[in-house]
Amino acid sequence: MPSFELHVNGGTQTVSVRDPDEPLLYVLRNRLGLTGAKYGCGLGQCGACKVIVDGEAVPSCLLPVSKAAGTRITTIEGLGTPNKRHPLQTAFIAEQAAQCGYCITGMVITAAVLLEKKPKVTQDEAKDALAGNLCRCGTHQRILQAVMRAARENT
Amino acid sequence: MNRRDFLASGGALVVALSVAPRVTAQRSSVGDAALGKTLDGGEIDGFLAVNADGSVTLFCGKVDLGQGLRIAIPQMAAEELSIDVGRIVLVEGDTALTPDQGATAGSSGVMRGGVQIRQAAATAREALIGMAAQRLGRPASDLVAVDGEIRPKAGGAGIRYGDLVGGRRIARKIDPKAPLADPATYRVVGRSLPRPDIPAKVTGRHAFVHDVRLDRMLHGRVIRPPAVGAKLVAVDEASISMIPGARVVRINDFLGVVADDEWDAIAAARALKATWSDSAPLIGNGAVREWLRAGPFQGDETLIEKGDAKTALSNATRIAGEYYWPLQSHASMGPSCALADIRDGKATIYSASQATHRFRETIARLLGMSKDAVRVIYVDGSGCYGMNGHDDAAADAALLSRAAGRPVRVQWSREDEHGWDPKGPPQLLALEGALGDDGKILAWRTEMWLPKATANLPNIPLLGPEAAGIAQTPGISTGLISQNGNPPYAVPNQEVRVHWLATAPLRPSNIRAPGKIANIFAVESFTDELAAAARRDPVEFRLQGLTDPRGIEVLKRAAAMIGWQARPSPGPGGAGRGAAYVHYKHNETYVAMTMEVDVDKASGAIRVRRVACAHDCGLVINPGTLRAQIEGNILQTLSRTLYEEVVFDRSRVTCIDWASYPILAFPAVPDIRIELVVRPNEPPLGAGEASSTPVAAALANAVYDAAGIRLRTVPFTRQRVLDALATAKGTV
Repeated sequence: MPSFELHVNGGTQTVSVRDPDEPLLYVLRNRLGLTGAKYGCGLGQCGACKVIVDGEAVPSCLLPVSKAAGTRITTIEGLGTPNKRHPLQTAFIAEQAAQCGYCITGMVITAAVLLEKKPKVTQDEAKDALAGNLCRCGTHQRILQAVMRAARENT
Repeated sequence: MNRRDFLASGGALVVALSVAPRVTAQRSSVGDAALGKTLDGGEIDGFLAVNADGSVTLFCGKVDLGQGLRIAIPQMAAEELSIDVGRIVLVEGDTALTPDQGATAGSSGVMRGGVQIRQAAATAREALIGMAAQRLGRPASDLVAVDGEIRPKAGGAGIRYGDLVGGRRIARKIDPKAPLADPATYRVVGRSLPRPDIPAKVTGRHAFVHDVRLDRMLHGRVIRPPAVGAKLVAVDEASISMIPGARVVRINDFLGVVADDEWDAIAAARALKATWSDSAPLIGNGAVREWLRAGPFQGDETLIEKGDAKTALSNATRIAGEYYWPLQSHASMGPSCALADIRDGKATIYSASQATHRFRETIARLLGMSKDAVRVIYVDGSGCYGMNGHDDAAADAALLSRAAGRPVRVQWSREDEHGWDPKGPPQLLALEGALGDDGKILAWRTEMWLPKATANLPNIPLLGPEAAGIAQTPGISTGLISQNGNPPYAVPNQEVRVHWLATAPLRPSNIRAPGKIANIFAVESFTDELAAAARRDPVEFRLQGLTDPRGIEVLKRAAAMIGWQARPSPGPGGAGRGAAYVHYKHNETYVAMTMEVDVDKASGAIRVRRVACAHDCGLVINPGTLRAQIEGNILQTLSRTLYEEVVFDRSRVTCIDWASYPILAFPAVPDIRIELVVRPNEPPLGAGEASSTPVAAALANAVYDAAGIRLRTVPFTRQRVLDALATAKGTV
């Protein structure tokens, strides 16, 4: 079985897979126990599975593990922990920006990359950046408020 | 982790699930410690236990689907028990632990489920006072419950709850007359306390049913036929032989694969060569409207008859409009997922079911087991707004687990969910009305064509068992689909008739505010049509027929919230504004909504600028979660109104991803303002549905005000707007 070295959340893990095309999402969820990224569509259309790969928010459902090898991967678990949260996670909690919450880790990941690139983002820019992240519960307004809160608190 | 550790961790069962790959062994041992408790909803012990450390465990038959019941119901209990809400652990929807409080549906979570538990808590407080009275040798009337202990009103040492009952049963019936806390003294109810599950959700630590892993578990996938009703002719099992460990499960036309590894299961499902018969039993979405008109009908029913609407209409200038709502998908973000462990004559199901007790009976029936051998445990799923594929996925998992002799997790694909989730049914409404000489509504008729819910249907027929040839009670579920078909305004002559269809074009289920979204779209749009005919301002026109002060208040507030200027519609051009009002089910929550929109006449695009909502559901338990529900109702229903229609041909649903079934995305999100009318002395009413119902009409009325076109068919696509603009131009 082919093996790949994955640099995830600051550590390095070697995974052996039968199929080098197995998407990173399944490797994260089933082999590394990192279930924060969710399966939503497998088509790169909804954003629920997003992780940060070399500084970009990408759908992990479309990224073969063979291509993920050698990149720097940050998942929601690596972005912050319940006790040491990323400022965006704190902002999402402050705004109570989740209903069912299935989409929410993808939202946080996308917003984290956005704020990394542009700390003082406008609401319209946030809307555009999140256009590829879908939410069915209708939590959008709170998610935007959380992103703007984090942007305000960026110094 | 034992039960004590678990309780000490302060989380509900579901919250305690960690993201470690093997989590549920812990979970069962947690539940096992409380197993054997009564499930009697008439007993205090059914709903709550006072633990030795003074914490309280609530056993709640209603479940948190994302609506915030996980904080709201503990708030209601904490208020009656005079304890910190953080001292309450909520166990939800476990058939071995929680009383059957009915499905978490119909906006009943707080209104019925919470109210039941509140009464149990109030009775428990009285019981605790009685115990302390005996212990202290003082009359109960001298004692009061404060901060987790019973103490003399006059001061002095009290006894903590844990010391009074700690761990033992209270063994007392719930007293429907046990006094409730005075709203004037509320300290917990009415506050926007944060939800306990959000920190874990935003840090990726919250375990959804999709994240549960059982020891020796297999991953399963079910291969649905390429056409509804197709028969499985042949399976080439050798076609997956290159995937080690993958095996086929076939039960008649039920076809699945299982494998130790999830990607192997997916690969096997994709690679498996199967031959299916041709099948084309559907009518296609383009024929639904005619189908509704044509029947076959199961019968007609007159729901409302007041005065003589027909005669009044024939003697006046008749105005008419026909409104259509298409089939829609629940379109949950996460495709359905469930786990089943069928072994040694017992079945344990982990499911995001809205109704674990009902589903327990379904599983028992399908597997030919006794109800007592089945346990269904609720674990959070992706948000559901009615019955999506969750029960189907659980039945799939049960069939695969029974065949494989090991626990099986079934995860549907996006194509499975969009293609096969039970759909919101289509609705057609024809409305007629006439104005009196005084400019008020003189007569109103509503004629509805609706698929009728089968009476006493134990469960909607599920896909897996149907394919496997397991007998199920035939029938359809659509919910209470005919409510709110008449105007909430004074109209002397009214008639509402419904033509009941016995079936639906695709397997239906209840979807948020069943029927009412479409009915109020029609009723409140048509109210605007009458207002326009009377050349009256739409809000004033409504107010002149409204006598209920709570209704009047929300309508006036919603108008004021967007700076409503009184004038008839359509407006002078530019942005348009629309209003709609509902008294949900005519006896529950009051909602009024106003909206401001732009219509781009070149492209046909509708842009919603802002939405204002005034909402009165009586006593508000948690204003923050209530607002979140209202926001969600508004945005989800805007999505359904603007974009959504299930597309299908003679054989299958063809909109099977987010490109072919688009939903509202961030760039289209308007500004939303909400005002809550707080009435602490009124009963708490449901809020999970009501504010979804005026959305489509407020939008249609705003579009009419902006562009002079009346949209009566959902979704309001650009093409429909352009067509309506062209027609309007032609008639000028």
